[in-house]
Amino acid sequence: MPEPTVRVADLRKTFRVPVRESGLAAAARSLFRREHRDVNAVDGVSFAIEPGEIVGFLGPNGAGKTTTLKMLSGLLYPSAGEATVLGHVPSRRDAEFLRRITMVMGNRNQLQWDLPAFDSFDLIRAIYRLDPAVFRQTRDEFVELLDLGDLVHKPVRNLSLGERMKMEFVGALLHRPQVLFLDEPTLGLDVTMQKRIRSFVAEYNRRFGATVLLTSHYMADVQALCRRVIVIHHGRILFDGALADLSTRFDSSKTIGVTLRDGVADLSAYGEVLSTDDDRVVLRVGRLEAPEVTARLLRDLPVADLTIEDPPIEDVIERVFADARDERGTPTEAAVR
Amino acid sequence: MTVASPAAPAQPGGFLASARGWIGLYLTQMRISIASQIQYRVSNYFYMIGMIAEPVIYLVVWSTVARQQGGSVGGYSPGEFAAYYIVWTLVRNFNIALTPWAWEERVRGGALSGMLLKPVHPIHLDLAGLAGWKAVVIVLWLPIAAFLSLIFQPTLDLRPIDVVVFLVAIWGAYVLRSMFLWLLGLVTFWTTRVGPVFDIFFVAELLLSGRLVPLTLMPDWTQRLSGALPFQWTFSFPIEALIGRLPPEQLLGGLAMQVLWIAIGAVLVSLAWGKAVRRFSAVGG
Repeated sequence: MPEPTVRVADLRKTFRVPVRESGLAAAARSLFRREHRDVNAVDGVSFAIEPGEIVGFLGPNGAGKTTTLKMLSGLLYPSAGEATVLGHVPSRRDAEFLRRITMVMGNRNQLQWDLPAFDSFDLIRAIYRLDPAVFRQTRDEFVELLDLGDLVHKPVRNLSLGERMKMEFVGALLHRPQVLFLDEPTLGLDVTMQKRIRSFVAEYNRRFGATVLLTSHYMADVQALCRRVIVIHHGRILFDGALADLSTRFDSSKTIGVTLRDGVADLSAYGEVLSTDDDRVVLRVGRLEAPEVTARLLRDLPVADLTIEDPPIEDVIERVFADARDERGTPTEAAVR
Repeated sequence: MTVASPAAPAQPGGFLASARGWIGLYLTQMRISIASQIQYRVSNYFYMIGMIAEPVIYLVVWSTVARQQGGSVGGYSPGEFAAYYIVWTLVRNFNIALTPWAWEERVRGGALSGMLLKPVHPIHLDLAGLAGWKAVVIVLWLPIAAFLSLIFQPTLDLRPIDVVVFLVAIWGAYVLRSMFLWLLGLVTFWTTRVGPVFDIFFVAELLLSGRLVPLTLMPDWTQRLSGALPFQWTFSFPIEALIGRLPPEQLLGGLAMQVLWIAIGAVLVSLAWGKAVRRFSAVGG
């Protein structure tokens, strides 16, 4: 059994933020007496990621996803707890550790704005002291995989957002890192570009056996790439397991879509009607009742078509966060101490 | 489960290979900086015009005073003032380093996060980047220096040793000033706005470096104070080295002082950096 690539134990990050009421009097008071409060952005997180795994890190804004990623990449110093990545303690920021990881942040440009990306790639070669032949081979391979062609010769400032993001990926992976921290890598991209980025990440993972920890608000990213997800909320882990198990654990319902031969009927007696569209009705029923309701529908009605599905993953995630909010109060009260 | 393949192989180790790696990094960053800088030709020329306004004002004032005082002030004739301030323009362009204001932007805008992910200390990228920028500046400076020389007729009696020491000293001035401005920039990690702190530094530098006026024209106590601080080695020393006002022992002593202050600056930067990155909260990404 190989050692986990990422190991995190009771990791915490507390930010001390200034607090001030609005108004001139409060501003004057703050000159003499500053008030602060502690915000627990990450509140005792523990998990392990095996070599080659792609794990989705899910949570609403402010949940602690990016803070965790930044601690694992050595950008932030943890307040408490332990983390190792490839056997290194990230906060020590050893050059050997930094050579083996990368972090891609959506909408963050790390390339030279005024120059073609080719020049930035050359600087990356010099920074990582890459063997020139291997560097050229990797660069050309990635450029081809992402279909970048002559765009590498255009100044970065003249590229579209999607083209720039693809260049960012090439630049971030030229040193062939073994661990990828991807923070909203498809943010703001159109559907085609998102798909391209996803297939590139999947191909990189397949080819180099890299470990990937991905945050994204686009569930399509998560569904396409991750078999395992970690759900975090208010800095704490709510779920860590297979994506397929998320629905079973947090949503005990099934969605039944029914198309009738003679038009729409009132099916509220069979379950909660979610939508009615032309001759198709979508019902939500309990997971355990689904077989019995299905049998009744087929027996009682002239059914032309019937489908049974798990609820959309977005709805499940929403349910997870709603449940957590019910249990812990408002996010602000829970996250701030 | 797939076992992770090694990262792209780096060039082999060893002292020579390491030295080659560092030289390669500096040259590549300098080349990229030059390529980036020459994108904006008009902006460069306006920058240079703005840059020479300051020494020309000083030069006109002191030349006028010298003439009114019967031909010299504190041992400087109008021709020597002209030499001082024309060399000043080159030294000033050479000792330009990353300002703390740029640090504020770097931290608040999130650019520092990208730099921290790289396996080299960011100071190397800054030193190399601005060193490349100077190559562009020299090309732009040459016609301006020629023009100023025609107008103000500098008196310059060059010895070979002056030229050699000057060529080393302007780079020493650049590295030295970079160290202390970097150190100042790191204050950003403790307080968000460092502008006022920089203003204090700037005023001290203006008075104690030879930037405003040759140090020999300043009161004795100012000269003594200046001797205990690093400022004069970034302005006064390289200028006076080239205009031939220093004997050989002072030339070599000056280079030694630059090395000493660079070492002090490097140690302070190293200590402050270690503490600063622990405080970094990656504001803005």
